[in-house]
Amino acid sequence: MKRYTIFVITENFIGILNRITIIFTRRGINIDALTASESRLDGIHRITIEVTASEETVIQLVNQIEKIIDVIKAFHHQDDAVVYQEIALYKIPVSRLDGGLEKIIRQHNAKIIAAEPEFVVLELTGHKEQTQELLEILKGYGLLEFARSGRVAVAKRMLTIDSYVK
Amino acid sequence: MKDSMIRGADIVVRSLIAEQAEIIFGYPGGAIMPVYDALYDYHEQIKHVLTRHEQGAIHAAQGYARVSGKVGVCLATSGPGATNLITGLADAQIDSTPLVCITGQVAAHLLGTDAFQETDVVGISMPGTKWNIQVRRVEDIAPAIAKGFYIARSGRPGPVLIDITKNAQVDFGEFNYAPCQSFRSYKTHIPVEKSAIQEAAELINKAERPYLLFGQGVVLGKAETELKFFLDKSGIPAASTLLGSGALSQDYPNYVGKLGMHGNYAPNLLTNQCDVLIAVGMRFDDRVTGDLKRYAKQAKIIHLELDPSEINKNVKSHIPILGDCKESLSMLTEAIEAKTHPKWLSKFRELEQMEKDAVMQHDIAPTKVGLTMGEVINQINQYKADDAVLVTDVGQHQMIAWRYFNYKKTRTQVTSGGLGTMGFALPAALGAQLYDYSRQVICVVGDGGIQMTIQELGTIMQTKAPVKIVLLNNNYLGMVRQWQQMFFDKRYSFTELDNPDFIKIAEAYNIRSQKVTDRGDLTEAIEDMLIHDGPFFLEVVVEKEDNVFPMIATGCSVEEVRLS
Repeated sequence: MKRYTIFVITENFIGILNRITIIFTRRGINIDALTASESRLDGIHRITIEVTASEETVIQLVNQIEKIIDVIKAFHHQDDAVVYQEIALYKIPVSRLDGGLEKIIRQHNAKIIAAEPEFVVLELTGHKEQTQELLEILKGYGLLEFARSGRVAVAKRMLTIDSYVK
Repeated sequence: MKDSMIRGADIVVRSLIAEQAEIIFGYPGGAIMPVYDALYDYHEQIKHVLTRHEQGAIHAAQGYARVSGKVGVCLATSGPGATNLITGLADAQIDSTPLVCITGQVAAHLLGTDAFQETDVVGISMPGTKWNIQVRRVEDIAPAIAKGFYIARSGRPGPVLIDITKNAQVDFGEFNYAPCQSFRSYKTHIPVEKSAIQEAAELINKAERPYLLFGQGVVLGKAETELKFFLDKSGIPAASTLLGSGALSQDYPNYVGKLGMHGNYAPNLLTNQCDVLIAVGMRFDDRVTGDLKRYAKQAKIIHLELDPSEINKNVKSHIPILGDCKESLSMLTEAIEAKTHPKWLSKFRELEQMEKDAVMQHDIAPTKVGLTMGEVINQINQYKADDAVLVTDVGQHQMIAWRYFNYKKTRTQVTSGGLGTMGFALPAALGAQLYDYSRQVICVVGDGGIQMTIQELGTIMQTKAPVKIVLLNNNYLGMVRQWQQMFFDKRYSFTELDNPDFIKIAEAYNIRSQKVTDRGDLTEAIEDMLIHDGPFFLEVVVEKEDNVFPMIATGCSVEEVRLS
């Protein structure tokens, strides 16, 4: 079992995400994270799916995804073949702000992006291991809320989607 | 409003006519009523058959599609009308049958409000369709139907569902039908790689015990002639899957029989003795392979397949040949040397003799008093036309009919293969018959399955479709009972049936009928049935506790196929 990133290049039609996710559901495979966004090309969406599975399974998944009529192309990559980031937000009560926390924020290169009378919101962008590490520390500071995005990623391979979109 | 504008419902019907649909199988209801109203005006250009249940409509459309090679068309209302199509959609999806199903839907402004007969049929049918779409605006109707037909029939065929809201059916729009020929996310033609052909040819030329398995892909790809030419030149023994049967005449000298759980002895057993296995248009279903860990491990595998997701799905192939098998087979024929394999072929014949002695003798020429399913099919063979279509349901009768029916022509095998849908046969036979009234359509069905869709006798009565219905009645859900006998210690849990008087039912539908309980009456009854000009219901009371053999039990290897 390894961690894979699946890229799906697709038409932007209603229901496409559902069609993709039922492929995972049917096989009892959990999606670790999923993000969907516009691509560089008009009308074309890209969906990034993070999944932990064997390569054999991932190939089957990708084949099945590609079989969806409105999917243009699907690829899979191991972690070392993609450049990826995730963003995490942490909500901390103001009452817990002290010198110790300031040091932690500096060490992790986190940012304070909002400050309200009762709480502040920290932001950290990085790999899951990094945002997870900060999460564990902030649990000791009365963490009120935590949210982490799915992976956004681009492939290292020099191949553009244009060739598939004709 | 311009004069040229017509109602969405008219656009639906005119689009179907533009796609050369000849017949619609359907059932009306609230949300599809505008389309039914439009059909009233077009009844001379397109025929509609009112079935007695939406499941009957879709199975009939499947039967029609399977024998004709055309897209089957089905019409139903929203809610329960739409959900009643689901079994047929799943069946068509797994058996690659081209269908376009149109369902009515509540008006767009009511979507999501739990309106009367509203159901999310697009969501429900998503895993069971090749493609589906909801149309909410009149201008989107014709393009959706054009795309739907194109998707259903191209590439690996499959079912399409188009859900049309009522407002779109009653609004007015322009009708300029443009058939769909391609779109960017969907590639139907995969060019065959010459290098793969070359590699495969080298392997085949060197092979001592090559073996070819063919499936429905040969039929769907219209590659029957190409298959025969390949076999003529290569001299390779060939076996068929359930749905591939008929793609090659059984009289063909190198045809060695049928694959799978209840297929023939030699074709299963020798799968594990060949050195090169060529699979054409088949998907290595578990009913064909048995235990995958012990399936053809000694062989180099060449897989000719149109659908990339089938490659390495169940069985890893050494040389995958992607693309249309009509192309790849003829390229392969070109590339190989002419050969014969008499010694290897005689091995099949030896084992065939064993099966004849151990199984077929009992099945087709029984010495016991009770009638067997096998002898009924054997008698049908004596009188049937060469191009007679065999439509079967699911269970013992299905396996026996398939085993003993003498397939001579392509598209003569209609059965629910992948999904195993009981209740399929009667409506599917109706659909097959309505494609061509002059062709013999023989519907072999069990006493369990027929009662799942028996209401379609009404449609047979109304259409006068001359379907020959052969009910093999053993008063049991026979296949389940066989498994209970073999694997559940004869604990016959809920498999025995108290059946109605089927002959009275047939009479009530004004269908000519006969019941056979004695062997002496069988031949004449079959003859009478086949010459009768109209539908016929023949009930044959067969041995209650007979079993289907050979058999590869679940979890066993193909070489563990047993004769008793």
